[in-house]
Amino acid sequence: MKHVVVIGGGVAGMQCASELARQGVAATILEKESDLGGKVRNWHKLFPTFTPAEELLSALRLRIAEQPHIKVMTGCEAENISPRKVVLKSGEEIECDAVVIATGYTLFDARIKEEYGYGIYDNVITSADLEQMFNRGEVFLTHGGKPRRIAILHCVGSRDEKVCQRHCSKVCCVTGVKQAIELKQMFPDADVFNFYMDIRMFGPGYEEMYREAQQKYNVHFVRGRISEVSPTIDNRLQLKAEDTLTGRPLKMGVDMLVLLIGMKANDMNAELESQSNLRLQPSGFMQPRDSFLGNTESQIGGIFYAGTVTSPKNARESLNEAVAAARSAVAWLNNK
Amino acid sequence: MKRSSWTDYQKEIADDKYYYARSCIRQNFFPGSEKVFLNILSKDLGRDIFDDPLHTSCTGIGYHSDVVPLETIMTVVARQFALMSEAGYENFTSSCITSFGIYTELLATWEEFPETEEKTRENLYKATGREFKKPKNLAHTSDVIFHHREAIAQKAKRKLVNAFTGEPLKVVEHIGCHYAKIFPKSGVGGSEFPYVLAGMVESWGGELVDYPERRHCCGFGFRNYLVQANRGYSIANSHKKLESMAPYKPDFIVCNCPGCSMFLDKWQYTIAEMEGTTYGQNGGGIPVLTYEEMAGLVLGYDPWELGMQMHQVDVEPLLDKMGIEYDPSAKYLGKNGRYMGRPEQALVNSCSRDTLYKIKR
Amino acid sequence: MINFGFSISKPRAIDIDRNNLRKSNEIMREMPELQACIGCGTCTATCTAGNLTEFNFRKVHTLVRRGEYQGAYEEMNKCMLCGKCRLLCPRGINTRGVVMLIKRKLGDF
Repeated sequence: MKHVVVIGGGVAGMQCASELARQGVAATILEKESDLGGKVRNWHKLFPTFTPAEELLSALRLRIAEQPHIKVMTGCEAENISPRKVVLKSGEEIECDAVVIATGYTLFDARIKEEYGYGIYDNVITSADLEQMFNRGEVFLTHGGKPRRIAILHCVGSRDEKVCQRHCSKVCCVTGVKQAIELKQMFPDADVFNFYMDIRMFGPGYEEMYREAQQKYNVHFVRGRISEVSPTIDNRLQLKAEDTLTGRPLKMGVDMLVLLIGMKANDMNAELESQSNLRLQPSGFMQPRDSFLGNTESQIGGIFYAGTVTSPKNARESLNEAVAAARSAVAWLNNK
Repeated sequence: MKRSSWTDYQKEIADDKYYYARSCIRQNFFPGSEKVFLNILSKDLGRDIFDDPLHTSCTGIGYHSDVVPLETIMTVVARQFALMSEAGYENFTSSCITSFGIYTELLATWEEFPETEEKTRENLYKATGREFKKPKNLAHTSDVIFHHREAIAQKAKRKLVNAFTGEPLKVVEHIGCHYAKIFPKSGVGGSEFPYVLAGMVESWGGELVDYPERRHCCGFGFRNYLVQANRGYSIANSHKKLESMAPYKPDFIVCNCPGCSMFLDKWQYTIAEMEGTTYGQNGGGIPVLTYEEMAGLVLGYDPWELGMQMHQVDVEPLLDKMGIEYDPSAKYLGKNGRYMGRPEQALVNSCSRDTLYKIKR
Repeated sequence: MINFGFSISKPRAIDIDRNNLRKSNEIMREMPELQACIGCGTCTATCTAGNLTEFNFRKVHTLVRRGEYQGAYEEMNKCMLCGKCRLLCPRGINTRGVVMLIKRKLGDF
């Protein structure tokens, strides 16, 4: 039986391993955390259907459990990757016939955008923090109490040359709309303002959800990026932006600010480039062999890509690509 | 005030042997500050600092008002560096924020576009016969005081504490735009959460106020303030800051920029006379200090020796709060002991001149 | 008071905290579809009045939504109610209805 190592146990890695096993290839998932699930594990609900993230994860876990030829190794990181061998940080070596890299992305560290005061001012949180709050079933201010006015800022660590992240992280817009709706459901009397540069509703049902947020939930959308946040004497946050559609500066106090943090390429991608002769894009994400016909393949035969290691993607795209990567790997193994 | 990132923005600040470049306007508005800086460095801290009578304006005011071309200012700056080299110094420290911004900017320009440096060398040689070396270390004088803040704290005679309540004084810090907004790495703490003045305030016992318009420009802007027709929106910036900080009841404002200290001090007078609004707790204005004056008070200098009688807003309420002993009647005596005249009474001045003081003439 | 030959400029920023949003909220409650505007500007591009005067329907209703009512009534009076904007709006907003609603709500501003 052929054996493929899947590096990364997020939704792409899990899906890829289960597809490999269905095609009769043994798979080993290497996951650096203690559990499978990746970033989705910390998410509450998935857009645009508001499907609980746990529902997707338990379905994937079941698929893996059903396959006897999938081995899961948690708490281990790959140090050196080649098509026939993966060396772990522990020194352990795993022999294989091919490798799928599904190492995903890193959440942008919002502290780098100092002007928003994340980690400094109370009640400045990230979209990831908000999902955790949703998971715990409670959203409240640092000193207690319900927010009466909430701002959600798009493009934090995306489309921003100043922090070396020129690319669009793609999923933040729709996350912002989703979270605005969830906040309005939780606090119907609160005012929610989304500050955006462009609204990029690229997926099915996204535009419809955007309109629902506007019309049904009365979420305010201001086209303008927040330039700075400061604390006020009554423990709120003052925002400055331009309301570009009226051509006037705008300022307001809010109780809570949610930063929609972008997807940043993993630091380890650069190591992959130098160690394994793989190619990087200017954004730091891995460069597939071909953007149209070789999207799940690398420049090296026997090394494949699945999910957000090559660019920001939503869960649906990552899941589809994981199947495609598994099938590319199987086809490659059969042709060898 | 909470800060998480200032340690990420550290800069090298020379410890000794400074070549000192003065500011054009500070000597008029805060005349004691530069003298006290020299005294603190040489007498209190025992450092070697050279105050060179040969150096000139950096021509920054002209540059920012569109009357001095880039090539000219580059040559003038090169001459200052040449004077530094000739005097045998390598560490340049400038008293003016805009000069500091210009030195930083030109050094970066020469780095990026070496042909401009070559051209400057040529221009300087043709005009003066001088040659220059670039400074090994460039620091603003507030950086230098920041660097020595703990040494000053150890020699402190007073702290930034209310002598009656024992509470730390509430201090508003204002950083000149050209300090770190052009090159965040050139400033201690970067541009969003600068630490250069904050570090002094914290080391000397004060408490910093973080207010909504903390990062806002004072509105100086050179040509904007120089032209009367533009002064309306120039002053509106200081107005906005003062309105924003007033609810926090600050005991004083400290600035590291000549223009800002002048603006935040004098515009309080203008606003009071135009609108009747004052921002201090005693019905007068909020005293505005330079960091040298702040350091001087901490080290026990006499306020009149620090030149604090030249402020628009009276500093006596602050001196009283700090429990500083001073001779009120000596306020308007010059260095030679002779009466130098005194300003008209204004709304922003809380101290009644006639009853409190028997002014020596 | 002294005249120094200049006055202190008033802030231009829309200050959401100072603006009274009561009327704006009423308008949005009565016509929630107005929130669905995506600022495409088709209404203004086709506007009969806007091509000959300063009238900018999109900008005026956006300002009204932010609580900036000054002059909105007078501006809306420039609308000729021809209906072309409603025909073109990609979000299906009853733009003529918006004009009438704003005029009704803000007559005294």
